[in-house]
Amino acid sequence: MHIHRTPDQIAADRQRYEEHQRVGLEFAPSKLPTPTPRPAPEIAQDDIVARDLLPGGWYTTMRLSKGETLRVSPRGAGSAVALAAWSVADRSERMNLPDTVKLQWTTDLKKGRVIFSDMGRVMLSIVEDSAGAHDALTGGSTAQTVAAYGDPKLRNTRDNMVLAAAKLGLGRGDIPPLFNLFAPVRVQSEGQFEWREGMLTQGDWVALRAEMDLHIALSNCPHPLDPRGAQVPDAVELTLIKAVPVPPDDLCRTATAEAKRGFENNAKMEGQRHD
Amino acid sequence: MTEIFDIPAEKPWSGIVKKGQTIRIEDTYGQQAIDTLFYRADDFGERYSSQDTLRTQGSAYITTGSKLVSNEGRVMMTVTADTSGRHDTSAGCCSCESNTVRFGHDTLYQHACRENFIMELSRHGMTKRDIAANINFFMNVPISANGAMTVDDGISAPCDHVEMVAEMDVLCVISNCPQINNPCNGFDPTPIRVTIEG
Repeated sequence: MHIHRTPDQIAADRQRYEEHQRVGLEFAPSKLPTPTPRPAPEIAQDDIVARDLLPGGWYTTMRLSKGETLRVSPRGAGSAVALAAWSVADRSERMNLPDTVKLQWTTDLKKGRVIFSDMGRVMLSIVEDSAGAHDALTGGSTAQTVAAYGDPKLRNTRDNMVLAAAKLGLGRGDIPPLFNLFAPVRVQSEGQFEWREGMLTQGDWVALRAEMDLHIALSNCPHPLDPRGAQVPDAVELTLIKAVPVPPDDLCRTATAEAKRGFENNAKMEGQRHD
Repeated sequence: MTEIFDIPAEKPWSGIVKKGQTIRIEDTYGQQAIDTLFYRADDFGERYSSQDTLRTQGSAYITTGSKLVSNEGRVMMTVTADTSGRHDTSAGCCSCESNTVRFGHDTLYQHACRENFIMELSRHGMTKRDIAANINFFMNVPISANGAMTVDDGISAPCDHVEMVAEMDVLCVISNCPQINNPCNGFDPTPIRVTIEG
């Protein structure tokens, strides 16, 4: 069955799409701020909710309350920190990277960008980022990728995520595509992936603000496209910082029309839950 | 044996493809995105993984020769023919909710692939939790070196098709994409045909 749409309907929808596309693509290269400076500033003791040190090869889970900010600071080179996130209120709502990159017209997720759930809501804002070198496309290491290094003790991100999910009462099917912090993967013109080591600098750090109450899982293993994949990386410092009021002109909440509409969806959910 | 399934515009479908059989997905009218998922037939917890597939092949698009890898690192399907070019697996499926973010809140009450997937997966005991990142056959989503990504006009002509041979028994789940807010369906969703042979 095929009920044809009219030429006028098609023309109107095309015009509307091309306007969204023009704004979305023109925005991407030009309007975001420069990367956050290194080193990361000190945090006042009173502002710290929790601290953790995630050893190389290991994983952890954390609960983030809305408004809290997680700072992720690798101590050395070779850590690709893989991230997954689920809503505390409904764990079937989870990080959705395909939507995240499609909605923002870019796979280059960095300072000023946000991470969406599968429900059109914002889970996390990338509020600080010294690197701008992260990977939304290729996932983490697996038993198969580390087997090539010949060291049976090497841990991998896929197994870490199965373990982390289990400790949240979730199964392997609940693990979404992963966001790899500090993984400079780029797509060449013919589609091949490229590891651009030069985009990373010692002392790089990222800060993610929770925009809803979240369970997150983090894994600290080398990225499978990193030539140093056989190494066990240094530990990663994790610092959870208490919530502060978000100003109306907050970068992540206002940078794009898509982010604004995402936050409107968050507000709608919160309004319903308060009723 | 040959089984033919004609899938109306905007509708879902699912079927079993046994190891060694070939599934052909035909874009009968051209410029029609076909959102597709695979699950291991005897263990739905093992399913297509876009990130593992792309990383394993080292490139960002699906085409002839691509091996579709599961979340357990096993090859589920091998793409053996592709008359169109390349296919997306990074941009996911459309949903009512993501449409509001992409195109405005007035698009909330429009049919979407996620609705199709939820309904079709429910027939197999699965839920929204089981919607993995899918393949978008015949959807043209170039990714630039600076990361820029956009859904461009489809490049498939009428009767373009892909063929895949199953490397294990799989459940194939399809949403014949109903999106009318971007050019993935030429703003005019059309019927498709699925053929299983062998």
